[in-house]
Amino acid sequence: MIVHAHDFFTLLGKIDLHSFAFVRAWRDPSLNQVIAAGAASMVVIGAIALVLLITWLKKWRYLWDEWLTSLDHKKIGIMYIVLAFVMLSRALIEAVLMRTQQAMAVNTPGIVSPDHFAELFSTHGSIMIFFVAMPLLTGLINFVMPQQIGARDVSFPLLNSVSLWLTGAGAGLMMASLVIGKFSTGGWSGYPPFTELTYNAGVGPDYWIWAVTLSSLGSTLTGLNFAVTIYKKRAPGMHLMRLPLFCWTALCTSILMIFAMPPLTVATAMLALDRYLGFHFFTNGMGGNMMNYANLFWLFGHPEVYILILPAFGVYSEVVSAFSSKRLYGYTSLVLATMAIAVLSFTVWLHHFFTMGQNADINGFFGIATMTIGIPTGVKIYDWIWTMFRGEVRFTVPMLYSIAFMMTFVLGGMSGILLAMPPADYLVHNTLFLVAHFHNMLIPGMLYGMIAGYTYWFPKAFGFRLHEGWGKAAFVCWVVGFYLAFMPLYALGLAGVARRTHELFDPAFRPWLIVAEVGGLILLTGLALLFVQLYVSIRDRENNRVPVGDPWDGRGLEWANAAPAPEYNFALIPQVHSRDTFAWRKEHDCAYDPPDEYRDIEMPRNSMSGVIIGVCGGLAGFGLVWHIWWLAALPVLGVIATVIARSFARDVHYTIPAAKVAAEHGEWLRLIRETRPVDRFQETSPANRGLAARVP
Amino acid sequence: MSANEVKHAGLNLGDTDEVTHEQAGEGIFGFWVFLMSDAIVFALLFATYGVMLPGTAGGPTPASEYDMKSAFIETLLLLTSSFTFGLASIAMKHELGRVRLQFWLGITLLLGLAFLGFELHDFASMFSDGAYGSRSGYLSSFFGLVPLHGLHVFFGSLWIVVMMVQVSWFGLDARVKINLLRLGLFWHFLDIVWVGIFSVVYLQGLI
Repeated sequence: MIVHAHDFFTLLGKIDLHSFAFVRAWRDPSLNQVIAAGAASMVVIGAIALVLLITWLKKWRYLWDEWLTSLDHKKIGIMYIVLAFVMLSRALIEAVLMRTQQAMAVNTPGIVSPDHFAELFSTHGSIMIFFVAMPLLTGLINFVMPQQIGARDVSFPLLNSVSLWLTGAGAGLMMASLVIGKFSTGGWSGYPPFTELTYNAGVGPDYWIWAVTLSSLGSTLTGLNFAVTIYKKRAPGMHLMRLPLFCWTALCTSILMIFAMPPLTVATAMLALDRYLGFHFFTNGMGGNMMNYANLFWLFGHPEVYILILPAFGVYSEVVSAFSSKRLYGYTSLVLATMAIAVLSFTVWLHHFFTMGQNADINGFFGIATMTIGIPTGVKIYDWIWTMFRGEVRFTVPMLYSIAFMMTFVLGGMSGILLAMPPADYLVHNTLFLVAHFHNMLIPGMLYGMIAGYTYWFPKAFGFRLHEGWGKAAFVCWVVGFYLAFMPLYALGLAGVARRTHELFDPAFRPWLIVAEVGGLILLTGLALLFVQLYVSIRDRENNRVPVGDPWDGRGLEWANAAPAPEYNFALIPQVHSRDTFAWRKEHDCAYDPPDEYRDIEMPRNSMSGVIIGVCGGLAGFGLVWHIWWLAALPVLGVIATVIARSFARDVHYTIPAAKVAAEHGEWLRLIRETRPVDRFQETSPANRGLAARVP
Repeated sequence: MSANEVKHAGLNLGDTDEVTHEQAGEGIFGFWVFLMSDAIVFALLFATYGVMLPGTAGGPTPASEYDMKSAFIETLLLLTSSFTFGLASIAMKHELGRVRLQFWLGITLLLGLAFLGFELHDFASMFSDGAYGSRSGYLSSFFGLVPLHGLHVFFGSLWIVVMMVQVSWFGLDARVKINLLRLGLFWHFLDIVWVGIFSVVYLQGLI
């Protein structure tokens, strides 16, 4: 059979040479195209370098067996966080590029074209929400929560791996869009009718649709998994009101994921039906109703804000309590406040479109509901302050982030209260004031918390502490950079500068824009310093090891095992007697008692099903984006076949014999006897081997 | 732990198979949570249908398109299949023999396929009137909701086939039993969603 060139291109759908960023830059070597090609080459060179490095180190087998196919919740958590930092690097560089554009483009076109600028703010927002913030919190909960509740894994370890790989597939599509084709210009919220076929015939919105859909499916399954784990896998005696606060926030976040991710999936699926089959869900005319999109999207979008912020609140609760050497003040009120925020988060979505034309009473209701959220949040801030009050406060890196959070977040909350008033919102709607507001919530409220959590639990994951000095340097950059980058945006927003603007025309704005640009560069430096800190800490790891596993005199069960924790977490499932159960045990000198007997432990075997499903999902997404129908269909069949084949697998567990558990645990107990305990003043010195001295 | 303790909503295995019962709690609860998340998807599609009902853009309307007789037959088929699945669950729980279990699963499968046949026929006759999803916002919301339920029934049917193979392959081991419990919940859930579709979507055709 003769295959014509035409058939060959049919096989490749809409892809042609012009789809490639490099070809576009070759044909039109403008600064704009060269920047795009530069970004594309970073992706390609990065991927090739990674493959070569792994091959050179002969680590493929290790990577596959120990990480990619692993169902261990700790490893899955770490992989999520690695993914998040990779994506954070890209999205932060994009942010600096946008700041540079705006600082330069006062009455000149600047360095990137309007379309390219629109792609930048769309990818920046989509990546920061779906591929930085979500993986960070999912990774942290994955790593910490099962250890805090005294469990050996999550309820559905394979589902956990599937979620990870679906998120990874979405991130892969985001990266592919840099090299082949263009991304959406419709912002992270992808509002139709702008993203409909009529106004956006290219592949951009399709990239957005499938990347977001894959990650939202992953997040729904993650929420399900975490919620069931917290309800069903708590150690004996771990009543709900004894849960560490991080677990409470994880539970609320999971419940929000279960109920708030489906609206996003529905919205993106409907937009896809519009674009692929000519449906009229959100089109202009023909009975379409784009306001329904705004409702569906923010029915997801607002709870999403609390999905992002609640786990960080959990981290702050743990960190403030540990580094003040005090029981958390107002535990019950913190639990109630968390629950209240979770419930209220479903009642405020309309404040994202006060200006859409509903009547004043409806706007009034949602305005009041929005302000109500300030109450439980305020309760939390006071609880953290009271926890520090008369505590033995140490200004370690996680604690510094917590304190910076409390001050900065309150400022953002104040601007939120302003925005909650519909008349005020009308004035600053869609201006940089809003951009300043939500960055003011998400950077201190989310990112500081995640960095604090990363620093706080890092020793538990890898067995050594992160370098304090570099951590503090990064902290200074993250705080100073934040204020410089975003406080000017409040001023600019009040002066009426619309968000997502490619070029400005009033020279009076320039000083503010330059300050914001400098702030963006300092934030980028902060990220670079985090990588330096990681490098230095790995290099000097022998000085910072904490093998006993309790470097901060921690209070929860996650500190009651070795660092790094064994794959089964606990030699014997602990019995819980009180809140802060590990602190209670240390006070009663029974934290490191050997158990009466050891038992065989059953753990889930590795599985490649998660990898296959994720890769198939990513390929199907790519096929759909480019209308390569065979590539869209085959992987879907692959997913179905994988699920069915897996349901026939019976040998899905392996047993760790009691003797091995006893030997490992005995070794650890011996290490504890030989280790010199340290007091809190030596916490960040090499003397800290992870055994805390009893406080008399 | 008492065998009679209810570990999850729905049919419990406590009094006939305590070992599987112990394992079932977590897995079945997880599946309930999944169904609740799926219910949100359907709830939003129902809401969208309600919002878009007037958006006929001068094209076909519910009154002109819905075949009530067919929708009623589909209702009977699906409700009966829920009943026969119930009989299959009882045969599984009380281990009344593999043949009886397979028989009721097979009947359920046939009823499910018959339902799908009627539904596809409905769609085909709507298409022949020019009532495509691309015709109007109203028809978009119809074809966003009803075929999604049909797709669920299709995957439910595929799942029944897989479980019939597994019953003959493995017998009634713990995983087969737990998966049959899950499949049962899924099947009854689709029934409930269909009741919603019949009442909210099809009965509009009478107005």
